Amino acid sequence: MLLSELPISGAWGERHLLGLERLSAEQLTTVLDLAEHYDRVTQGGTQRLDVLKGLVVANLFFENSTRTRTSFSLAARRLGADTVDFSASSSSLSKGETFIDTALTIEAMGVDMVVCRHRTPGAPHLLARHLKASVLNAGDGTHEHPTQGLLDIYTIRKQCGRISGLTVALVGDIRHSRVARSNIHGLVTLGARVIVCGPATLIPSDITRLGVEVAYNLDEILPEVDCVNLLRVQFERQRGAFFPSIAEYAHLFGMNGDRIRRAKESLMVLAPGPINRGVELTPDVADGPNSLILNQVSNGLLIRMACLTLLTQERRRIQGGQS
Amino acid sequence: MSNLLILGGRVIDPANNLDGIADVLIQAGRIAAVTLRPTGAAAPVAPAGTEVIDATGLIVSPGFIDTHVSLREPGFEEDECTASGTAAALAGGFTTIAAQSDTSPVVDNRSAAEFIRLQAERAGNCRVYPLGAVTKESHGEELAEIGQLVEGGAVGFSDAKRPVANSEVMRRALEYTRMFNRPILHFAMVPELSEGGVMHEGFQATRLGLRGIPAAAQDIMTGRDIALAELTGGRVHLMCVTTADSVERVRRAQAAGISVTADVTPHHLLLTDEVMDSFDTMYKCHPPLRSAEHVAALIAGLKDGTLSAISADHQPLAFEKKQVELDNAPPGICGIETLLPVCIKALIEPGHLTWSDLISRLTTGPAAVLGLKHGTLGPGELADVTLIDPTQQWTVRASDFRSKSRNTPFDGIQFTGRVVATIVEGEVRYRLSR
Repeated sequence: MLLSELPISGAWGERHLLGLERLSAEQLTTVLDLAEHYDRVTQGGTQRLDVLKGLVVANLFFENSTRTRTSFSLAARRLGADTVDFSASSSSLSKGETFIDTALTIEAMGVDMVVCRHRTPGAPHLLARHLKASVLNAGDGTHEHPTQGLLDIYTIRKQCGRISGLTVALVGDIRHSRVARSNIHGLVTLGARVIVCGPATLIPSDITRLGVEVAYNLDEILPEVDCVNLLRVQFERQRGAFFPSIAEYAHLFGMNGDRIRRAKESLMVLAPGPINRGVELTPDVADGPNSLILNQVSNGLLIRMACLTLLTQERRRIQGGQS
Repeated sequence: MSNLLILGGRVIDPANNLDGIADVLIQAGRIAAVTLRPTGAAAPVAPAGTEVIDATGLIVSPGFIDTHVSLREPGFEEDECTASGTAAALAGGFTTIAAQSDTSPVVDNRSAAEFIRLQAERAGNCRVYPLGAVTKESHGEELAEIGQLVEGGAVGFSDAKRPVANSEVMRRALEYTRMFNRPILHFAMVPELSEGGVMHEGFQATRLGLRGIPAAAQDIMTGRDIALAELTGGRVHLMCVTTADSVERVRRAQAAGISVTADVTPHHLLLTDEVMDSFDTMYKCHPPLRSAEHVAALIAGLKDGTLSAISADHQPLAFEKKQVELDNAPPGICGIETLLPVCIKALIEPGHLTWSDLISRLTTGPAAVLGLKHGTLGPGELADVTLIDPTQQWTVRASDFRSKSRNTPFDGIQFTGRVVATIVEGEVRYRLSR
C-alpha cells in the first residue's frame, strides 16, 4: 500500500505534532479516523504495511521511557520505516554539547522525523525551529503529550462511538501532568465535558480557563461521569510534599471497588500508566471489566502509526511544492 | 577638554523644571549656560574654539543613569567586560552607571571595588561607580566589609539577584549602611517560592506546563524590606519591581515617610507573560515577565512617581548560554542599548508618560537613589548630556550591539526614537554613525 492510497480525507496540514492545543476538531478527527483505518487493515497493528518505506525515524529520548519509545519504534517499523534510538540524560548533555547541537548531529545522519521526549516544556518546539525534520512531541515536561491524549480519546471513541456530550474526569496530579493538558485540549475541542479532580495542591487555580470544571470530591462527581482517566502521581516531578501521605491520597482519590459500584455501570477506566497499583487504583479495578488500560496500549500503536503517516504526508506535500 | 555649543534642541531638564528650545553651552567639561531661545530668535554665535552641534529636532537630556548594571568582569568575560559594557551603556545614552557586585569573585572587599573603578578608567567610556556586596560572597550570612567598600568607592550595596533571605542579616545591613548613608539595592524575592520557576505563575504557566513564580514571591519580600526599613531607618531600594501589590506597598510606605525607592525594567513594561508561548529563552528573565494587569500597575507606579527609576537590569549572557532548553537557560536580557526605544514604545507612544517624566526616571530618579549629583543640566554641573532623535525609525539589530552579548528579545523589532550622541563631561564619547 502506498501513502497516496490511504483514505485520508479530512484536514491535517501540520508538519510537526507538538501538542493538541491548537488542533481543530477536524484535524483531531483525521487522526482518529486514520488510526481506525489502520486498525482494520492491519488487524490491530499486527500486520506490516510499507507506506513509510525508506523513512528514518529517530527516537530522541532525553527522559527515561520504555513504553512510549517502544510504541513509537514499533509503529514506525509496522509502516516500513527505519528507526534509530538515541537516549541521553539531560545532565550529560549539559556538560558539553547543547541540546540543539545534539539534534542537528542526529538530523545530519539523514533523519526524516524526530520523536522527542524531554523533561523541559518547549524542548520539541525548540527542535522544530532548528530542524528540517518533522518533530513529534512524545512528552515535554509538564506541558503536552499529544499522542497519549489522542490514544486516550481514541480509546473512548472506540468504546462508545463518540466524544461529544460525554463527561470525562481526569483524576490526580493535574499540575504536573502533560497527559492532563493534552487530554483537556483534545476532549474540550471535540465537545466533551471535562472535570479535573484531585488534591487542591495539584490543581492550578486558573485551569478553568482551559474550559474544564474543577472538583475536589471524587465521590460527588462519580455518578455523572462516563470515563475516569486516572493520572499517575508524578512523584518524580514534585518538589516537596503536595499531599500528606499516599494512604490519604488513595483514600480520597484512588479508584477502588466501592467507587466502581457507585459509578455508572458503563464507566470507562483509563490510566496512562505506568500505574501505581494501590495508589491511583486498586488491582481489582485495574484488571476489572471497566478497565480499558490494555486497550490504551494497543491503541497507542495505531495512533502513533497515524501521526507518523500524517506528518510524512504533509512533509512530502511541502517538498513536492518546493521542487 | 573641548568646549561645545549644542544649538536649538528641545532641552528637557526635569531637575530644573525646564522643557523648551534652548542652547546649551559647555565649557571645561561643565555646563556653562542653558539659554532658552524665543521663537524666531537667531542662534547664538559660538565663542572661539567651541565645537557646535546642531540639535534641531533632537531632545537634549541630561545623561542617563542606571543604578545596577551587570558588567561581568572579572569572572564572566565571555558575557561582558567593563570596556564592552560601558561602551554599550554609552550607546544606550548612559553617562553614569553603578556596576553590580555579581562578579567572580564578588565585590565584597575594597580592592575588588577599586578594580572596577580602575577598569572603567582604562575603558574611558562612561562613569562607573561600584556597588558593594551586602554580605560576604553574597551568601546572605555575614556582612561584607561595608565601611571599607565605601572607602573603595561603593555608592550602594547589593547582593544582585541573590536576596538577603535572612531577615536578621538584612536588618543589621540596613542599620550598618545607615552610618554611611548608602542604600541597599535589594532584589526582593522569596527564594523558596521562586526556585526552579521559569515564568510568571498564572494562566499562561498553567497552559504551558512551565513552573511559575508567583507574584507573592516578590510581594512578601517587598513587605518585609519595607518593615525592616521602617524599623531601622535604613534606606532600601527595590530593584526590578514587577507586581501590582509590590507597587502598592511601596506607594503606601513612601506616603508613611519610610525610606524606600524602587525601579522597574523596560521589558517588564512592554512585554507580558503571553510571549512565553514561544518557549523562547530570550524572554526568560528574573523576575519573570508578568501578566497585563501587573504591567498596568507598573505604568501607574511610574506615572505617579512611586517607581522613581527605570533600570535596564542589563544581564549580558554569552550566545551559547541561551541556546539551551528553557529550564537550563539562565535568566536575563542584554538591555542597556535598547532601553530608550523600548521605554518610548511602552510609555511615550501610548501617552502614559511625558518626555519630561520619562527623562526624570532615567536621570534625577536614579541619581537620588544613589545619592549622586549627576542627572541635571544645571549651571556648573558636569556636562553629561544625551541627545535623542525622537522620530527616527530604526530596527534593532543585536549583531550591532556594543555589548559582547546578544541576548535580546527585541532583535529585528522596529522602534521609533533612539540615542544619537552621548556626551560625558563635555566630551562626545558616542555618536551614532549613519
